[in-house]
Amino acid sequence: MAYEAVIGIETHVELATDSKMFCGCPARFGADPNTNVCPVCLGLPGALPVPNERAIEWIVAIGLALECDIAHRSHFHRKNYFYADQPKNYQISQFDVPVCSGGTLDIDVNGQATGVRINRVHMEEDTGKMIHVGGGGRIRDADHSLLDYNRSGIPLVEIVTEPDLSTPQQARAFAQELQAMVLALGVSDAKLEEGSMRFDANVSLRPEGAAELGTKVEVKNMNSFRSLERALAYEIERQTAALEAGVPILQETRHWDEGAGVTGSMRSKEESSDYRYFPEPDLVPIEVTDTWREAIQKGLPELPAARRNRYVALGLDPAAVAVLVSGGSALTGLFENAVGLGADPKAIANWLTGEVAAFLRRESVELGDTPLTGENLHELEGLYGAGDLSATAAKQVLAGVLAGEGSPAEVAEARDLIQISDAGALATEIDRVLANHPEEYQRLMDGDARVIGYLVGQVMRITAGKADPKVVSTMLGEKVKG
Amino acid sequence: MSSPADLTLAEATASLRAGELSSRELLQGTLDRAGLTEAELHAYLTIDHERARAAAAAADEARARGETTGPLHGIPVAIKDNMVTAGLETTAGSQILAGYIPPYDAAAVIALRKAGAVIVGKTNLDEFAMGSSTENSGYGPSANPWDTERVPGGSSGGSAAVVAAGSAMMALGSDTGGSIRQPAALCGVVGMKPTYGLVSRYGLIAFASSLDQIGPIARTVGDAAVALEVIAGHDPLDATSYRGAYPRYRASIGRGVAGLRVGVVAELAGEGISPDVLSAFRSVVDSLADAGAVVSEVSLPSMEYALSAYYLIAPAECSANLARFDGVRYGLRVEGATVEEMTARTRALGFGPEVTRRVLLGTYALSAGYYEAFYGQAQKVRTLVIQDFTKAYESVDVLVSPTSPMTAFEFGSRTEDPLSMYLVDVCTIPSNLVGAPGISVPVGLDGSGLPIGFQVMAPSLGEEILFRVAAEVERSSAWNDRRPPLLEADHGV
Repeated sequence: MAYEAVIGIETHVELATDSKMFCGCPARFGADPNTNVCPVCLGLPGALPVPNERAIEWIVAIGLALECDIAHRSHFHRKNYFYADQPKNYQISQFDVPVCSGGTLDIDVNGQATGVRINRVHMEEDTGKMIHVGGGGRIRDADHSLLDYNRSGIPLVEIVTEPDLSTPQQARAFAQELQAMVLALGVSDAKLEEGSMRFDANVSLRPEGAAELGTKVEVKNMNSFRSLERALAYEIERQTAALEAGVPILQETRHWDEGAGVTGSMRSKEESSDYRYFPEPDLVPIEVTDTWREAIQKGLPELPAARRNRYVALGLDPAAVAVLVSGGSALTGLFENAVGLGADPKAIANWLTGEVAAFLRRESVELGDTPLTGENLHELEGLYGAGDLSATAAKQVLAGVLAGEGSPAEVAEARDLIQISDAGALATEIDRVLANHPEEYQRLMDGDARVIGYLVGQVMRITAGKADPKVVSTMLGEKVKG
Repeated sequence: MSSPADLTLAEATASLRAGELSSRELLQGTLDRAGLTEAELHAYLTIDHERARAAAAAADEARARGETTGPLHGIPVAIKDNMVTAGLETTAGSQILAGYIPPYDAAAVIALRKAGAVIVGKTNLDEFAMGSSTENSGYGPSANPWDTERVPGGSSGGSAAVVAAGSAMMALGSDTGGSIRQPAALCGVVGMKPTYGLVSRYGLIAFASSLDQIGPIARTVGDAAVALEVIAGHDPLDATSYRGAYPRYRASIGRGVAGLRVGVVAELAGEGISPDVLSAFRSVVDSLADAGAVVSEVSLPSMEYALSAYYLIAPAECSANLARFDGVRYGLRVEGATVEEMTARTRALGFGPEVTRRVLLGTYALSAGYYEAFYGQAQKVRTLVIQDFTKAYESVDVLVSPTSPMTAFEFGSRTEDPLSMYLVDVCTIPSNLVGAPGISVPVGLDGSGLPIGFQVMAPSLGEEILFRVAAEVERSSAWNDRRPPLLEADHGV
């Protein structure tokens, strides 16, 4: 029998607000353990939560971008379960009335468009981080565990789809499109490797064409788009084999093991918690007035789908479009800025997706943390286009700009990289070379064009690479004809 | 007066201002009183001698420079031990928090300090404020200054007892179902529960968040009004804090009750109320009528369900509020082979039987399949109670009832049967469900010489009218000799 997969995705997005969801602590990644904490996010006796208004604004923006309905009045609930990374042993979340419900995100796989329905988008808080020391590195067999509450209370948005996906490729496309959306909105770093964007997938199989859903399995711990795709492919294969062998699928949560390339059982339905949700009495309902919602709608930036269309119309190649659209606000900001100043879109896209991207990878830095501006790119492109910089020199100038050495002109000047394309200046250099190479000069005069390459090389050598080789070559050629 | 400890807050403030008394002398009188009575009362869990002395000295020095910081300048006060105090042990009456030193002050404590108060110490309570007698304290019960064989009421029993005994001039309590008013009634002092949201709950160790409210216990209605002015106010750290205007409650005192409509709650003025309490209550109601109030009887039909609703909502909220006491970050930790075992052992040892009972009850009431029948139903009843009160306040300005159906009871007389203890709060619980203010004013003694409390209730934010009526109750009952026998017979102070 042929089976088809039914997949739904739950996404957690950590918002990049300045402060945490319910207290004033910084919501930043990377500080020393337990330094961004206070009575509220440590769950000390007596502490009370106060909602972060910016986080509410941003979840509304996410909801609007996903074409959701925004509730005028929604509620926080307490989700009760004991776990040591959770300081209150309940998580402030939402239950029956989320901020956003209903919605769609369009994805495209190999030219085939699919609208993925969004069930809900709700607001909650993140937990602390646990590191298990000794044993197998899991809570059960560790010697002891270390707790870092810096992450505790960071605003977390959960986005839940309907089970509208049917292949691992679609799931990956959805995840990537959602990340591009979140980055375009500028509400999260959306880094999978740091956990600021996390995907869980629900997957079940049913006989092809059947209406009834099969037993679903939740798969967790996919830390990259690739692992999401691999985990789902594995899980579909595993469930297919089980069904074909007549083994029923258990409703359970499974953990993706990236190294082994398999999923393993974490807990079955019987072991799953009763969260005993009830309305959070320490908080009043979240009110989103029409005026506020409309203001947020008005402030939405260009979303990935619209941006993609516009970039295609600019003549950019599909690979560059994909990188620019999914690259976050810093990247698109630079691009827009440079193009806005009059630079050639294709050239700028090439710089950004080529040299700049390579630099960032090599140095492991964020674009936003470099001094590179759109103006720099525009200027660099100008110098290169005018022939003042060779392709090699332009790369060196860019590296200098990224390293903080100044504007392209300043770097080119300081590093002495300005190309000599002035005919007068070059004629002097060419004459010097010809004088020192009488044999080659004679061959050139005899009409032997094969010697030009050698002579260009000599000119480049004595000008320390600054001569424009094209101009030199042309000038030598003219001597032959002359 | 034999000791400055017996002064009212208003009298002490006048003496301090006149230079007839220093804050140091006042504190010394208070500490001496505690020294004489504490062995029998056990009303304090912690007395902070050193810092209290330093604060009193600082208050005197400031006054000498002509600076007064606020209406409680140099006044010795006590704080129920479920409000956190920076650097001073705070246990909430529970062994699970034995030795816990908070890093911060509760908002109400900060307000007291800003107003110049001298914090004497932390008072005893039923564990996590769950109880009506202090017998559920993890550190042993407190006794009633009027009869040390009897309970002071609860859960703010320690706060009521220290104010009655003179070992603090005013004390903060917290009231979730009557925990300020009932012990005030049983100890012969004034206890006031403000409108929900009037006093910040930031730093109050939560029992039931939608019901908890901090309020003052004092010797007179006027003193309670002064204290409320100090602790009430919007706090951005409490999302449920009231954002409107905060009037001067003192201005209400002495304005009389002529023309005010006073409703006697029929359901709370008959069956189940002890005869002495009922007769004292009736006599005060008559005095109010004599003073020009228009008295009528009002029926609140949902009253009979209020107690049941309360005992589902409060435990449900407490089951989540107390989940944080898990041995991971602070307080007691009993080691175990796994995290789960450590947490289970810590909670089993750290919580007393009543807290355990309510956590279990609340967990059950919120469980899948039971939520609608228990918690959901209780919330519906709460809505009905609110509607009943709203309707009642269409025809009256305040509602009155006895504060407690009975006067102070003997130790152990209600501990065997939790339901009999729960019934103690039948008159006070409705105000918490509604979120409206209530005050208990002492109006006399029963046949056994035990104090009787009279409760005035007002609509939400009706504090001004509440104080106005309460002051008249205080005046007309004319019960001025409020020295508990403990102070006369045993110590001759």
